[in-house]
Amino acid sequence: MAERSFAKEVEKLRLGDGAEFSGEGILAITKALLQCGVGYVGGYQGAPISHLMDVLADAQDILGELGVHFEASASEATATAMLAASVHYPIRGACTYKSTVGTNVASDALANLASGGVTGGALIIVGEDYGEGSSIMQERSHAFAMKSQVWLLDPRPNLPSIVKAVEDGFELSEVSNTPVMLQVRIKCCHVHGKFTAKDNRRPAMTVADALENPRRDTGRIVLPPASFNHEKEKVEKRWPAAVEFIKSRQINEIFGAATGRIGLVLQGGMYNGVIRALQRLGLADIYGDTEVPLYVLNAVYPLIDDEFLEFCEGKDAVLVIEEGQPNYIEQAFGALLYKNGGTSRLLGKGYLPVAGEYTGQVMLDGIGGFLRDHAADLLPDAIRAPNRAEESPVDLPELAKTVPGRPPGFCTGCPERPIFAATKLVEQELGQHHIASDIGCHLFSIMPPFELGATTMGYGLGPASASAFNAPDAKRRSISFVGDGGFWHNGLTSSIGNAVFNQNDGVIVIVDNYYSAATGGQDILSSRAINKSKSTKHPITEAVKGMGVKWVRHLERTYDVTKMQATLKEALTTEETGPKVIVASSECMLNRQRREKPLAAKAIKDGERVVAPRFGVDEDVCTGDHACMRLSGCPSLSVKTLDDPLRDDPVAHIDHSCVGCGNCGEVADAAVLCPSFYRADTVHNPSSAERFAARMSRRVIAWLQKRRDAGRLVFSEVAA
Amino acid sequence: MTVALDHRPGSHVSDRIISVAALAVGGQGGGVLTNWIVDVAERNGFRAQSTSVAGVAQRTGATIYYVEMCRDRGRQPVFSLSPSQGDVDVLIAAELMEAGRAILRGFVTPNRTTLIASSHRIAAVSEKVVPGDGRASSAEVLDAARKASKDHVIFDMERIAVEAGSVISSSLFGALAGSGVLPFPRESFEATIEASGRGVKASLKAFGQAYDEAARRRADETVGLPQAPVVEGSAPVDAPLPLGGQPESEDADDVHAAAPSPAPRGDGRLLAQWRALEGRVDALPPPVRAMARLGLRKVVDYQDADYGAEYLDRLGAAVAIDDEARTYALSQSAAKYLANALCYDDIIRVADLKTRATRTARVRREIGVRDDDLLKVTEYFHPRIEEFCGTMPAGLGRWVEARPKLAAWLDRRVNRGRHIRTDSMAGFALLWGIGGLRRWRRHLLRHEVETAHLGAWYRLALDTAPQDYDLAIEILACRRLVKGYSDTHARGLSKFDRVLSALPMLQGRSDAADWLRRLREAALKDEKGAMLDGALKTVASFAATPTEAGMPA
Repeated sequence: MAERSFAKEVEKLRLGDGAEFSGEGILAITKALLQCGVGYVGGYQGAPISHLMDVLADAQDILGELGVHFEASASEATATAMLAASVHYPIRGACTYKSTVGTNVASDALANLASGGVTGGALIIVGEDYGEGSSIMQERSHAFAMKSQVWLLDPRPNLPSIVKAVEDGFELSEVSNTPVMLQVRIKCCHVHGKFTAKDNRRPAMTVADALENPRRDTGRIVLPPASFNHEKEKVEKRWPAAVEFIKSRQINEIFGAATGRIGLVLQGGMYNGVIRALQRLGLADIYGDTEVPLYVLNAVYPLIDDEFLEFCEGKDAVLVIEEGQPNYIEQAFGALLYKNGGTSRLLGKGYLPVAGEYTGQVMLDGIGGFLRDHAADLLPDAIRAPNRAEESPVDLPELAKTVPGRPPGFCTGCPERPIFAATKLVEQELGQHHIASDIGCHLFSIMPPFELGATTMGYGLGPASASAFNAPDAKRRSISFVGDGGFWHNGLTSSIGNAVFNQNDGVIVIVDNYYSAATGGQDILSSRAINKSKSTKHPITEAVKGMGVKWVRHLERTYDVTKMQATLKEALTTEETGPKVIVASSECMLNRQRREKPLAAKAIKDGERVVAPRFGVDEDVCTGDHACMRLSGCPSLSVKTLDDPLRDDPVAHIDHSCVGCGNCGEVADAAVLCPSFYRADTVHNPSSAERFAARMSRRVIAWLQKRRDAGRLVFSEVAA
Repeated sequence: MTVALDHRPGSHVSDRIISVAALAVGGQGGGVLTNWIVDVAERNGFRAQSTSVAGVAQRTGATIYYVEMCRDRGRQPVFSLSPSQGDVDVLIAAELMEAGRAILRGFVTPNRTTLIASSHRIAAVSEKVVPGDGRASSAEVLDAARKASKDHVIFDMERIAVEAGSVISSSLFGALAGSGVLPFPRESFEATIEASGRGVKASLKAFGQAYDEAARRRADETVGLPQAPVVEGSAPVDAPLPLGGQPESEDADDVHAAAPSPAPRGDGRLLAQWRALEGRVDALPPPVRAMARLGLRKVVDYQDADYGAEYLDRLGAAVAIDDEARTYALSQSAAKYLANALCYDDIIRVADLKTRATRTARVRREIGVRDDDLLKVTEYFHPRIEEFCGTMPAGLGRWVEARPKLAAWLDRRVNRGRHIRTDSMAGFALLWGIGGLRRWRRHLLRHEVETAHLGAWYRLALDTAPQDYDLAIEILACRRLVKGYSDTHARGLSKFDRVLSALPMLQGRSDAADWLRRLREAALKDEKGAMLDGALKTVASFAATPTEAGMPA
C-alpha cells in the first residue's frame, strides 16, 4: 500500500475496554469487527470503504494475534463468496465494498449465500456511494437486500450507532441464519467522531479450527430440492426470527413525544439531516431533543409491521423520509396501512424529491412543507409567519456563467496523461474512432482536454463493451481501455478472454500504473512493490499471452508519447487479426511521489547525489496559443499574464508543483508544438568532476554570450 | 417545549452550533485545515465533528470539507454531516473561483456567513485550453462575494503561504483566526499548529501574516474591493512562483502606466543609433509614444537598429493618416501589432532567446537552484523541412520547396525531435551558432514570406482607414491570431485568413469593426475554429440580405 501508511490508525485497533476511540466512521467499523470476534474479513477497495481494507492490510500483526484471516479479495464477488465460510461453521465473517457497483458484482455469490443461509454471523458492509461526491451510477443497495432477502441495517450516522449496528448485525445474522448488509453512506464513512472501545475478541472458532474439522450439509447447498426448501425457510423461519430480534432488541428507535397528530418515519442514515431541519424549524434543540414523534429505522429491511402500525395510531399524517428511488419503504408502509385499515395519511415523495440526495435544504423544504400543511400549530410563530425573509442566498445569475466547472482530472505528472495525449494525436492523424472506456482514473480521459471515450460499462468491462464492434468490412477498429485494477478484477476473462475467443479485431490498451490507483493505491497482482502478505509482480503481458493474445506490445514508459503514438498507430493499422493488446506501464505519480519524495529529501540532506527534474517554459518563446494544454490538462501547467502590453494572450507557465514527468517535452516533440519547454534537472550534491566540467562549460558559455552581446544593444529587462 | 439551546437563526452564537465549510481544489490540503479546525475547537472546550468527501474528488477536482462545533455542555449534540444553504457561519475558499462556487451553491448568505477566501487563481482546464485568454473574471467573483456575504476576508493567502515556505492551509487558518469569527484566542490556534508537528515554523509564519492581514482588514472595516495584501518583506521578483497558483490573471491594458525602462547597454556607435531612434519616437504624437517605445525595443532587440528604423518608417505611415481627435488609436494599434509582426518567431529567434545570459539567470531563479547545485537544461526542438527551408537563403529555400520529392527526402532527415542540452558546451554552441544567423535573417526565405504577409496586411489596414477608421484598427488587431510554431502557426494563419475573408462582406457596414472584432474573438475561443465558422456563417447570412445591412455612417 504505497499511497499512505496507516500505522497510526492501526494502533487505534488495539484500544481496550473503556478507552476512547477517536477517528473516522469507517475505522470505527473496522474496530467493531475485531470487538465482535470476527474470524475472517475480505473485501474490495473503493470509496468510501477503502480505509477499512487499507487499515486491516497494515494490521497483520493484530490480526495474527487474534487469529483473524484477512484477504484483499480479487473482486466483490470473491469477497461475498468468501462468506461461505460461515455457512457450515459458527465463524463470524465480514466483507466490504462500494455499493451498488460492488453489490452488482457480488450479487451472484450473494444470492447463493442468501439461499442456503448461514450459521456463523455474516456481515456485508456496503459503502453506499450515493449523492454528492459519488463517482458511480445512482442506485440503491436496498433492492439487493429485498431480492435476495438478506437484512439491511441503516444506522444513525454517528460512531456509537454504527459500532452498535456491527454488533447487532452479527447477532441478527446468527439468530436468523441470514447474511446481513450494513449500509453506511459516504459522509458517514468519513465522519470523525468518538466511541468507547471494548476489548478485541478472539473468534470462538477460527478458520484454522474449521479446516481441521470439516463439516458439510447437503441441505445448505443450492440445488433442488434444497433450493426450494431455502425459499420456504426464508419466509417461514428466517424472516420471523429477524423480525423478533429487531423488535425485542429495539433496533429501531422512537424519539419525540409519545403522542401527536403527525410523525416522521426515517431511515437511520437520514437522522442527522432530519434533526438539523427540525432544529432550523425551531422544533429541536441542538441535542436532537424534539416533541415531533420520530420512528427511526435502523433496520430498513425487513420492516416491522406492528411497530409501524403502532407508531401511526392516532396520527393524522406520517411523512416517510426515504432517500433514493424507488421508494420501497414508503410503498411497503402504504400497503401495510391500507391492508390494516389505517386512517393516517402516508406521505413521502412529493414533499421530498423522488431522486437525489436529501441535502440540508431538501430536508428543510420537505419537512417544513409537511409540517406547514399538517401541523402548522407546532411551528413557532417566527417560522410560520417570519417577520424577515429567510436566510436565503443572493441571486447572482451572472456568476453561474463565470465560475468554471472543476471536474476531477489526472494528477500532476500522471502517467496516463501521455497515453491519452498520444491517442488524441493518433486520432488527429487517422480520424475519430469508437473508444470504449473503463472504470479507474483513466476514465478522466472523457473530460477536457482529451474528451476521449464513448461509454463505461463496468469494472474491467472496457474491451467487453467494445465487443460488438467487430466488423471485418469496417475500415476502422475500435479502441478500448482497461486499467490494471479492472484487468485483474475481471477484465482478464470478461474482456481479454472474450476478445480472443470471439476473434475481436479491436485494439485494447491496458493502463498499468502498478496499483489499483483510483481506490487509494492498493497493491494488485501486477504491482511492482514487494508486499509482505501478498504475491505481486505478475506481469500483465504474461497473463494476456496466456489467454491466447498473439499481438502484444509492452511500453515500459508511458511518457514516451512518440512511441505510444507509433504503437497505437501500428495496432490500428496492422494486418494481424485478433485482439491487439498494448500494455502501457508507468507508476502512478501520486504513489511514486509519496514513496520517493521523503527518500530524495533524505538523500539530499545526507549529501548524496540526487537529480531532481522539473519543467519550465520560456515565456518569451511561448506565443500563448495553449496547444500544449490541450494535450495535457496538468495542474502544474497553467497560464499567466506577462507584464508586457505588446502581448494579448497569457502564456504557458509551469509552477513548483511540477514533478518533471516529461509529458510536456514529449508532447511538444510528438505534436511538433513549440520549443518553449525546457527540462531543468537540478543536480544536488554533484561530484567534483561534474562540478569541474560544469564550471568549464559555464565559462565557455559566458564567453560566447559576452561576445554576442558586444555586437548588439542589450535590453536586459526585455529578455529577463 | 423546552428548548435549552437552539439552532434558530439569530440566537446567540456561543449557544449555537457553529458551522464551517471549506471548499478547495483537490490537493490543496483541505484535510489538514479541517483537522486543525476540529483541534482548535476541542482545545477551547467545544465539541466538533468533521466530514469530507474524498474519493475521486481528491484528484484535482473541487472538494468540500465541513466542520460543526458547539460548546461542550457534557452531552453530544446532533451535528449535520454536510453544509446547507443558509446554514453556514464560516465559508473558507482556498481559491477564488471556489468562493464563487460556494456562493452559487448558497453556502454564503448575507445575514450569516463570513467568507474567508484566497484571492489567487488556479485556472480550471476549461480556462486553460482556450487559444486566447479563457480565464474567468476575478472581479465578478469579488463583487459577488461582497454582495453575498455578511463579512468577507479576501486576500492572496497562497502567496503568503509560499513566501513563508508553507502551504495554503496555514494562511487560511491564520485568516480564520484573524477574522475573529470563531470565539477562540489566537494562542489556541497557534497551539494547534504546534501540536501538529510538521513544518511548524513555516506554518506559524504563514499563519501569523495571514492573521495580521485579516485582523487589519477587520479593523479597517473596508467596504469595497479588497486591496493587495501588504506583506512584510515581500519581494515578488526573487520569490519563487506560487506552488499551486498562478500570478494575477486580470489583464492590464494601461500602457501609459508602465514605468520607463532603463536604456540599453552597447558600444558607442550602437547607443548613438539607439538615441537617434528614441528621438524619432519622441517626435511622435504623445499618445503613440509609449507603445512605440515598447515596440521599438522589441524590434531592435529582435534584430538590430536598422530594423528599428524600418519599424518606425512603417509606423510613420499610420501616423501620417491618423487623426488627433481619435487620440491616434490607429497608430497605437499599429505600434503594437507592427512590432509583433516584425518579430515573427523563427528558429533564429528561439536559439537567440535560449542562449542569452539573462535567460540562464532566469531559469536558475525560477527553478530555485542553490549555488552549489548544478543545473542541466534540456531544450526540446522538433524542426521540420518548413523551418529548415525558412532558414535558407530565399532563392535556395524556394528551389527546395519547389521540389516535393527532395523536400520530403530532406524532411525525413530533419523532422524528428531533438533534445539539446544548453548547459553543455556543444549544445549551447549549436544554438548560439543558429542564433548568430540573425545577421543574415533579412536574406532568408522566412523573412521574405513574413515581410510580404506583413506588407499586405498593413496596407489593407491603412487603405481601409480613410473609409472606416475603426475597421482598420480591428484589421491590425487580427495579427493576434498569428502565433505559435509549425502546425499551430499554420492554424493561426488560416484563422487570420478566414477572419479577414469576411471583410468584403463587412466593408461599408456601420457595424463592420464590431463584427470583425467578434470574428476575431470567436477565432480565439477554440482550437479548430468551430466558433469562427459559426460566426462567419452568421456574417454571410446577413451579408446576403442587403435590406438588413446598415448603410455607411
